[in-house]
Amino acid sequence: MVAKFEIKDLSVWFGRTQALKGVSVDVRANEILSVIGPSNSGKTTFLRMLNRLNDLNPDFSMGGSVEFAREDIMSIDVELLRRKVGMVFALPLPLPLSIFENVAYGVRMHGARDGRKISRLVEEALKQGYLWDEVKDRLEESAFKLSGGQQQRLCIARTLAVEPEVILFDEPCSGLDPVSTAKVEDAMVRLKERYTIVLVTNNVKQAARVGDRTAFFLSGELIEIDKTDRIFTVPIDKRTDDYIRGKFG
Amino acid sequence: MRNPYRSQNIAFFFLLLATLLIVVPVGLIVVVIIQKGLPAISWQFLTDIPRQGMRAGGIFPAIVGTAYLVTGAIVFALPIGLLAAIYLSEYSKDNILNRLIKLSIVNLAGVPSVVYGLFGLALFVIFFKFGASILSGSLTLGIMILPIIITTSREALESVPYSFREVSLSLGASKWQTIRHIVLPNAIPGILTGTILGLGRAAGETAPILFTVAAFYLPQLPGSVFDQAMALPYHLYVISTQVPNVDEKIRYGTALVLLTLVLFMNLVAIIIRYKFRKRKKW
Repeated sequence: MVAKFEIKDLSVWFGRTQALKGVSVDVRANEILSVIGPSNSGKTTFLRMLNRLNDLNPDFSMGGSVEFAREDIMSIDVELLRRKVGMVFALPLPLPLSIFENVAYGVRMHGARDGRKISRLVEEALKQGYLWDEVKDRLEESAFKLSGGQQQRLCIARTLAVEPEVILFDEPCSGLDPVSTAKVEDAMVRLKERYTIVLVTNNVKQAARVGDRTAFFLSGELIEIDKTDRIFTVPIDKRTDDYIRGKFG
Repeated sequence: MRNPYRSQNIAFFFLLLATLLIVVPVGLIVVVIIQKGLPAISWQFLTDIPRQGMRAGGIFPAIVGTAYLVTGAIVFALPIGLLAAIYLSEYSKDNILNRLIKLSIVNLAGVPSVVYGLFGLALFVIFFKFGASILSGSLTLGIMILPIIITTSREALESVPYSFREVSLSLGASKWQTIRHIVLPNAIPGILTGTILGLGRAAGETAPILFTVAAFYLPQLPGSVFDQAMALPYHLYVISTQVPNVDEKIRYGTALVLLTLVLFMNLVAIIIRYKFRKRKKW
């Protein structure tokens, strides 16, 4: 399998606090890699490393290396990296624009001017995000008028519109009801064919449902990573077993 | 048993008293000025030049002078203030030097206006040799309202949720694109409010224009930015203290025009803010 990301001995500090301790892991093309672990385990830091969102924190420093398509991410132009590695945040975060403009935003920022091409990309992205049928007659309305679940699928469509290779999901269902959660999970599984997905989740069952492989983080360390069914049936480390069974966390 | 509501009622009484102590004098000032000034207001008063040693005629040159000065001040202060605010809130690192800069800007807003007047005299009138002119006066007023514009613009920029920036950046937009397309449009109401408050301040101040532009008596309109000009606050000072036997009506009439001008600008600020708040989408 081709590796999208090769992470070697990655350590991350915010000021004096160490958030990640020597994590080495590959992210393979067209897989869903679930990342689970209790809060403060470093799983979100790990995710935000992949599109260099951690850089925004002035206290950030790192050791080790992260390679995207065999290139050190620190030497890739950061805007280009973020185009190729999209992100969906924990809470639905539409921009204060219309539904259409939310999806078109990234495309426009990358220099697209052709109105017809933008419309086509927006429609395609909304279809891939399973939102098109619900919004096609109200594209000019404010994105804030959508329900929470719709907003989150809008955010997915917005990420898809810039045609990334990898999509990072940061607890994408933490603010959603079970029905909306099911829709988002459904979208993720179908997106796997075309994209590589890294999913950070607090919901162990969600990891079991959608993940091809699952990584378990604890206190900034990668405890274990394996095929999802192995992790959930015969984990090697006792701490993994305890966490999955809900004994802590 | 102690009545638990009594201390609350006492507190309410003092809070109300404090509020009235502020509102009543302000209301009285407005009432007195309107009462004594309104009879002076006429079309001729607003459009004629002062006559008979400013004891008759109108205040047109002073109105025009103030309009020029305020416009000049804003043309100078808004772009610089806004750019400085963008730098301070979006680009500057959080270190001691930048904190010191931010602190001194806030403090500059409290510097007495006569100090700005002296500064303008030294720098623009004498050093740059602009002389006493609309240019010198506008620049001095501009510098005086810069801290107001910078501080309010910074607050407006910083009140745009951080998550919007993260989203924009995560989509591959550059930092400047994020500021230009996401942060600035959502900060406009706050920036406008600050600007108009600055305008009102610039229109009403006497001290900064005293040495830099204001003419005691100049019946014709200024022809260029290097001319002196009359201005409402200074004209009011002159006819109230320097010229004997000016009809009370004219003095209060001038005050009324100045007051209306400033109140009108503040009203515009309030309306703009209200309109944008209604449009605010988060």
